[in-house]
Amino acid sequence: MAQDHHHDHDHDHDHRHGSELSPMELRVRALESVLVEKGYVDPAALDTLIETYETKVGPHNGARVVARAWVDPGFRSRLLADGSAAMRELDVGGRGGEHMVVVENTPEEHNLVVCTLCSCYPWPVLGLPPVWYKSPPYRSRAVIEPRGVLAEFGTVLPETTRIRVWDSTAELRYMVLPMRPPGTEGLDEASLADLVTRDAMIGTGLPLAPDQVVRS
Amino acid sequence: MSRPPEPPVFAAPWEAQTFALVVSLHDAGLFTWGEWAEALGAASRGGERPADYALWLEAIEGLLAARGLTSAAALAERRAAFARAAAATPHGQPITLANDPGA
Repeated sequence: MAQDHHHDHDHDHDHRHGSELSPMELRVRALESVLVEKGYVDPAALDTLIETYETKVGPHNGARVVARAWVDPGFRSRLLADGSAAMRELDVGGRGGEHMVVVENTPEEHNLVVCTLCSCYPWPVLGLPPVWYKSPPYRSRAVIEPRGVLAEFGTVLPETTRIRVWDSTAELRYMVLPMRPPGTEGLDEASLADLVTRDAMIGTGLPLAPDQVVRS
Repeated sequence: MSRPPEPPVFAAPWEAQTFALVVSLHDAGLFTWGEWAEALGAASRGGERPADYALWLEAIEGLLAARGLTSAAALAERRAAFARAAAATPHGQPITLANDPGA
């Protein structure tokens, strides 16, 4: 749904020279900033509201991608070789310029993606960015002590699992391919996609277990 | 009614931000949902324009301007400041007005 959207068009800004906000982003930021300055709205209250609704974003297309990779080894290979091209097979992504790189979790290595501060966050794939992701401490701490940051999200990994941190750039955006949870052998692709949360695709979380899925 | 209609899914982060602003201003007592519906209706010119979040943004800007709480000029100036700040902010860092070289 969002692929042909009017949203931020430019993905060619040079990360060495600056950032860019789309006209609608500028408009909302300007309004918010004026209202905060006058004391009419509280930024913390806004964040709380957005967190309440953040799941109400268009389909987490990335979840379909992950589920396909879990059931189709050929697709998985193509996805890891060229993320954008493989996602196009499922009609995911679609906006020009950006290149999605998919990094795979294994028992030996866990991946964590940082940087959602600007339009580089691939929201058509991952859904709305989490509010906490905007915070500068998260970003710098994720690089310095990723294990501690993950633990705060309740994600505790074996000491033997290495953690790699990926920082998006203007040209490259990352998505994590999480490991398929145990006990899901009997699930079909759609049920598998329900297990894939945004946080699992960012690397701050793991996919849900089948009994954690709340059917709406 | 005491709550706004359930929001449709958001197609982009700015849409969620717009929704949150409107709900927050309502909660601060700046308008009732009835007044909001009127503002939306006026902005849509009698349903000529679809009620998407671009319309919400226009409606809330109009409502605030009508009450003298901000003005089109002030908002335009602030947009320009953010555009300058963004251009001066290295990729991946928070874009804040403190980075506006024209400030």
